[in-house]
Amino acid sequence: MNVGLPSFLLLAGIVFSIAIVGIFLNRRNLIVLLMCIELMLLAVNFNFIAFGRWLGDLNGQVFVFFILTVAAAESAIGLAILVVLFRERRSINVENLDTMRG
Amino acid sequence: MTANLLTSVLFYFYGAVLVAASLGVVLARNPVRAALCLVLAFFTSAVLWLLLEAEFLGIVLVLVYVGAVMVLFLFVVMMLDINVAQLREGLVRYAWLGALVAGVMIGEVAYVVWFRHLGLPLALDAPPLPLAYSNTKSLGAVLYTDYLLPFQLAAVVLLVAIVAAISLTTRRRPGYKHQDIAAQVAVRSADRLRIVKVEAEKRP
Amino acid sequence: MMEPVYLAIPLAPLLAALVAGLGGRLIGRTGAHTVTILAVAVSFVLSVWVLKEQLQDGAAAYNGAVYTWLLTDGVPMEIGFLIDRLTALMMVVVTFVSLMVHVYTVGYMHDDDGYTRFFAYISLFTFSMLMLVMSNNFLQLFFGWEAVGLVSYLLIGFWYTRPTAIFAALKAFLVNRVGDFGFLVGIAGIVHYTGSLDYAHVFHAAPLVAQQSLSLFEGQPWNAMTVICICLFVGAMGKSAQVPLHVWLPDSMEGPTPISALIHAATMVTAGIFMVARMSPLFELSPTALSCVLVIGATTALFMGFLGVVNNDIKRVVAYSTLSQLGYMTVALGASAYAASIFHLMTHAFFKALLFLGAGSVIIAMHHEQDMRRMGGLRRQLPVTYWTTLMGALALVGFPGFSGFFSKDALIEAVAESRLPGAGYALFCVTVGVFVTALYTFRMIFMTFHGEGRMDAHTREHLHESPWVVTVPLVLLAIPSVVVGWPTVGPVLFGGYFGDAIVVQPRHDVLGLLGHEFSGPAGFLLHAFRSAPVYLAAAGAVAAWYLYLKRPDLPAMLRQRLAPLYRVLDAKYGFDWVNENVLAAGARALGRLFWRVGDELLIDGALVNGSARAVGWLAAVTRHLQSGYLYHYAFAMIIGLSALLGWLLWNA
Repeated sequence: MNVGLPSFLLLAGIVFSIAIVGIFLNRRNLIVLLMCIELMLLAVNFNFIAFGRWLGDLNGQVFVFFILTVAAAESAIGLAILVVLFRERRSINVENLDTMRG
Repeated sequence: MTANLLTSVLFYFYGAVLVAASLGVVLARNPVRAALCLVLAFFTSAVLWLLLEAEFLGIVLVLVYVGAVMVLFLFVVMMLDINVAQLREGLVRYAWLGALVAGVMIGEVAYVVWFRHLGLPLALDAPPLPLAYSNTKSLGAVLYTDYLLPFQLAAVVLLVAIVAAISLTTRRRPGYKHQDIAAQVAVRSADRLRIVKVEAEKRP
Repeated sequence: MMEPVYLAIPLAPLLAALVAGLGGRLIGRTGAHTVTILAVAVSFVLSVWVLKEQLQDGAAAYNGAVYTWLLTDGVPMEIGFLIDRLTALMMVVVTFVSLMVHVYTVGYMHDDDGYTRFFAYISLFTFSMLMLVMSNNFLQLFFGWEAVGLVSYLLIGFWYTRPTAIFAALKAFLVNRVGDFGFLVGIAGIVHYTGSLDYAHVFHAAPLVAQQSLSLFEGQPWNAMTVICICLFVGAMGKSAQVPLHVWLPDSMEGPTPISALIHAATMVTAGIFMVARMSPLFELSPTALSCVLVIGATTALFMGFLGVVNNDIKRVVAYSTLSQLGYMTVALGASAYAASIFHLMTHAFFKALLFLGAGSVIIAMHHEQDMRRMGGLRRQLPVTYWTTLMGALALVGFPGFSGFFSKDALIEAVAESRLPGAGYALFCVTVGVFVTALYTFRMIFMTFHGEGRMDAHTREHLHESPWVVTVPLVLLAIPSVVVGWPTVGPVLFGGYFGDAIVVQPRHDVLGLLGHEFSGPAGFLLHAFRSAPVYLAAAGAVAAWYLYLKRPDLPAMLRQRLAPLYRVLDAKYGFDWVNENVLAAGARALGRLFWRVGDELLIDGALVNGSARAVGWLAAVTRHLQSGYLYHYAFAMIIGLSALLGWLLWNA
């Protein structure tokens, strides 16, 4: 069995789906949620690189580059918010974040 | 042929590791373990990206992500006193929904890959790259020419993220002494120096 | 040259009405009656002058617009006057009776709080009625029509603290609305077919309209002119109180007696008669409509007369008499004897106003007691009232030589000549009606003025003749009631008095047939003794004398013997019952249905509150989506994403 584009796409799809399940499973734990998002971004990056490779287009990698940048920024700010949140609430339970609840 | 076989072996091995690590992230009870699993997932991804001949990104993933972001994650996880048991209560309640959505997602990807080719060269091997090809060099060429402005913007985004993270987490506790640079800059001599005319003391 | 005069005739009473109505407090009671009486007197004098111009000097009919109100869709809406002999006659009658009533009111209402208001109303009425009769177009006719209806409503409900008066006013107004609806539809039909509101233009175009047909129901074409004429006649039925729209007139006696005399006997109720006569060029083109008019008029003439026999309220007896006489006029219209109808209208205006004012004079003397069973023997205390009322009564029953005799006899003769379908029935009704008329009229005279006094002692002591402001109009009305017939019967009926104002087709021209035998009023008088009506009237009078003076015990016995018949008459044939319990109740039930189902359930419930409730329900549902839990939003995002992806793939 040869390793073609479908293999990579499928692998990325599996990782993405696992991340989704993770979001549903760990819906209370904010930090795991953030990790799941990282995992999803990783899966997306996979797709970009695989497509770029097969289509002979370097722009895919450029995109991955930017995604990494933004993801880094996002996780940095996300973690900062998490820290502040924990300081306020002594908890990172998403279910406690109910000030928006009517 | 051997190269192909080697590629296959590497892909399936590291692919399996990646899936296992992902599952570990999702299922781990301990956030520290989850973070470590994520590190493993990034590592294996880097290997697979090397397989896709995206060497620069593979290296960057290891350096930046594993080296910086994941370490940050680990710091935070370890720094916070998280009540794990409470967080995992009744988690299976929405698992079916997650499984359903995940199943749909995989189904959709499989559908695209096997039934709808969308004009993609799915069955072919990847086009061979020239012998003197340097991934880093060509990426750099694109990044600093076509994507110069977005690149600068990305730098700004990172800067903003740094400022935001710092300003969010800085604590101002009462009683701590700290510098007020603005006040220092704006100070005038009159604020600091007072010339007092003192009467000469008369000798008794 | 005459235009200022024509303008002054209606405007003088209007001005007086405004002065008395708006400035009543300033000018006081004397001021109010002075100004209104003067204004009506001016109108009367000018009307007489106009009549003289038309009669003696042979002035041509005047037809001209005074003011164009607006022009819409090519149809000018104007205020204009058509002054011919018909109009001139009506103007004189209206202003004369109105003047008499004005004077009489000074006495009748002198201790009423609404004195100035009353004068304002009757002056306004005079103005409206003059606008109606002088109009040269349908719009102004309709304006006058509605205006007199309004004043009638105001005056029936003049004593607005009495619930019965309010009820009667409302009843008159509503019943007239039914008629007015038909009238309006008729006018709309005229505009539709001729494109004009102007009489002259419409009459000119009428033969063309008569050739057209329209189908109200599938497969049943109707002659357009028949439909128009019947619609117009529905209006006349309402205003002139023909069966079945007559129910308001007896109740209108709740108003003050001068009003009953002026509006509900002499003038306003004859507006329908006048209108049909004015529309003679149209009605002549539709024998169907004429038959319809004939039958309805005949029914009213006879059956309303019966009701007069059983009623005990003096004013209501006169009111039923009015209904019956209006029926006579309508019969004449149906028989194409328009001139006879207008002639009867004129004589009736005099003697019926006289009878009402006489009844009013009795009522004053009796301290506002109207029940004839408590009267009797008033002849001695009220000589002027007695004699004048007797004159009116004789005129009413058609005593040879009196005005009513000429008009009614000519009318019956004309009906006898008519060959329209229904003429036989009509002849029977009007002939029997003569007997009934004499019966109830003399029953009233005998019960009121003859026999033993049945009033209580206190009233008896205070009986005295009314003041001169009451008796002078009585006398002034009694004179034309007696004599007006003799000189006018020849020219008005047979002498072509109306000229072009009334158009009769040769095959309908019953008066023309009679005219061949006519040889002066004396000959007419002699001829009458060879025909039935005079003897029937005499029989009626004798019957009344026998029943109410000679054997006063007989009526009660008859009432017991003929109990079912009496009950039918006492219930006034059940029209009121049907109106109140079927039509009004049905309308109320329908209204309640629409209110409950249409308004409350559908509009309020389903549309207004329903939409609000739907929004509320939707909000309540979507509120659950906005749980405030972050992970719910995350779920929604992910599910939406996968759905979107699926949709993209499906369409790709």
